[in-house]
Amino acid sequence: MNDNDIVLKVEDIHKSFGGVEVLRGVSFDVRRGETKVFIGPSGTGKSTLLRCINQLTIPDRGRVWLDGEEVTNSGARINYFRQKIGMVFQNFFLFDHLTALKNVELALLKVKGMGRAEAREKALTELRQVGMEEWADHYPAELSGGQAQRVSIARALAMDPDVILFDEPTSALDPELTREVLEVMKKLAREGMTMLVVTHEMGFACSVANEILFMENGVVAEQGSPDLLLNDPRFTRMKDFIGRIDSRMHD
Amino acid sequence: MDVLPVLIEWLPYLLSGIASTLGLVLAALGLGVLLGLPMALGQVYGARPVRWAIGIYVWFFRGLPILVLLFLFWFGIFPAIGLGDLSAFVVGAVVLGLRGAAYQSQIFRGAIQSVGEGQMIAARSLGMSRSTAIRTVILPQAMRIALPGWSNEYPNILTDSAVCYAIGVVELLTITSRMVTQTHITMPIYLATAGIFIILNYGGLKLLHRLEAKIAIPGFGTGAM
Repeated sequence: MNDNDIVLKVEDIHKSFGGVEVLRGVSFDVRRGETKVFIGPSGTGKSTLLRCINQLTIPDRGRVWLDGEEVTNSGARINYFRQKIGMVFQNFFLFDHLTALKNVELALLKVKGMGRAEAREKALTELRQVGMEEWADHYPAELSGGQAQRVSIARALAMDPDVILFDEPTSALDPELTREVLEVMKKLAREGMTMLVVTHEMGFACSVANEILFMENGVVAEQGSPDLLLNDPRFTRMKDFIGRIDSRMHD
Repeated sequence: MDVLPVLIEWLPYLLSGIASTLGLVLAALGLGVLLGLPMALGQVYGARPVRWAIGIYVWFFRGLPILVLLFLFWFGIFPAIGLGDLSAFVVGAVVLGLRGAAYQSQIFRGAIQSVGEGQMIAARSLGMSRSTAIRTVILPQAMRIALPGWSNEYPNILTDSAVCYAIGVVELLTITSRMVTQTHITMPIYLATAGIFIILNYGGLKLLHRLEAKIAIPGFGTGAM
């Protein structure tokens, strides 16, 4: 692999909220087709990091490049970059007044300027991708959490992004619904979608991630393949963290 | 004396009075939306001086009795700015509209603010500009949330419109007062006046509720049940 494979470059991101430094210098490169998973205790800046990438949160310091173009300090061009950086949220944030189909269509019509017929076709294709085509005419309030999240994945996919950011996509779902969303994400990873995923799902991380970034106190504390972080005795911090969650679950 | 023949004899005048009253209400509601909605957007999304100016406007128009506002514009402000030739009807409609805008802006503002912040975040994450997001995501939701409260402005403005009698607008109350003066039938004619207002009120709200039901979305907002 050479540097041309790098689709996203994140360099030295810092962010404070009210004097508390949430991110204290995070850097990494993402290669095309790669899935990176961010693990770590709550409040270590994982979600903030994702939002700094597409500038929904403006970092205090540091830079982000997409395909060699700088995303940070890009002014009005940020709307162009955001089309290429999809995002999936913990609470779905589907547009409540629109059907599943229209949720996926909206940005195709209003941002990409597609024609009605083409946008509809594209939206239906993406809904089929996530197994939600039959629910095209239903409103968000009529969908289960898992279905809503799948629609929101279709909405992100429809823009043909270079990378999709998943911000705790299953944290609001029960185990049954979590599984149906993770299945869709695994399929995307297999098909070569570039993904950054913040999650607490260790099973997913271990089976899908090319690389896990274990974050603690606003920095990447450990970084490597799932196998390395779980089995190499030199890495202890993520294992400690997983041990803590497991023992809490069994209390 | 029997009141019915009198009412029938005066029917054309009564109808013109009703038309005038409804004209005042529609003009005021229309102006209220036309001004109130941008004011609401300005208060939510505008810069500090914009929010400040709108705050003063709202404070002024909600702070004065409607009759004081009417006299102020009819005898004072409009003549002073060279608009003394405006008809009483136009002045009445404009004052009701300016006052309505102050109230309606607050209804719209509350509705816009009650749209979840995730809606804007999701829209922006797809590459929408803020104005596109407001137009295609925030406002369609906010308008549905606002409609029940906005509908209440109809009876408010309808009943307020009768004060335009005081500056000589020939609306429903003006007509019926003339009837009383000329026929010396008092109670039955004012009862009929009240009846007409109640019918206009009921009919208008019925229409608005039908609109609410028409644009209601499953599980969304506070639209008609």
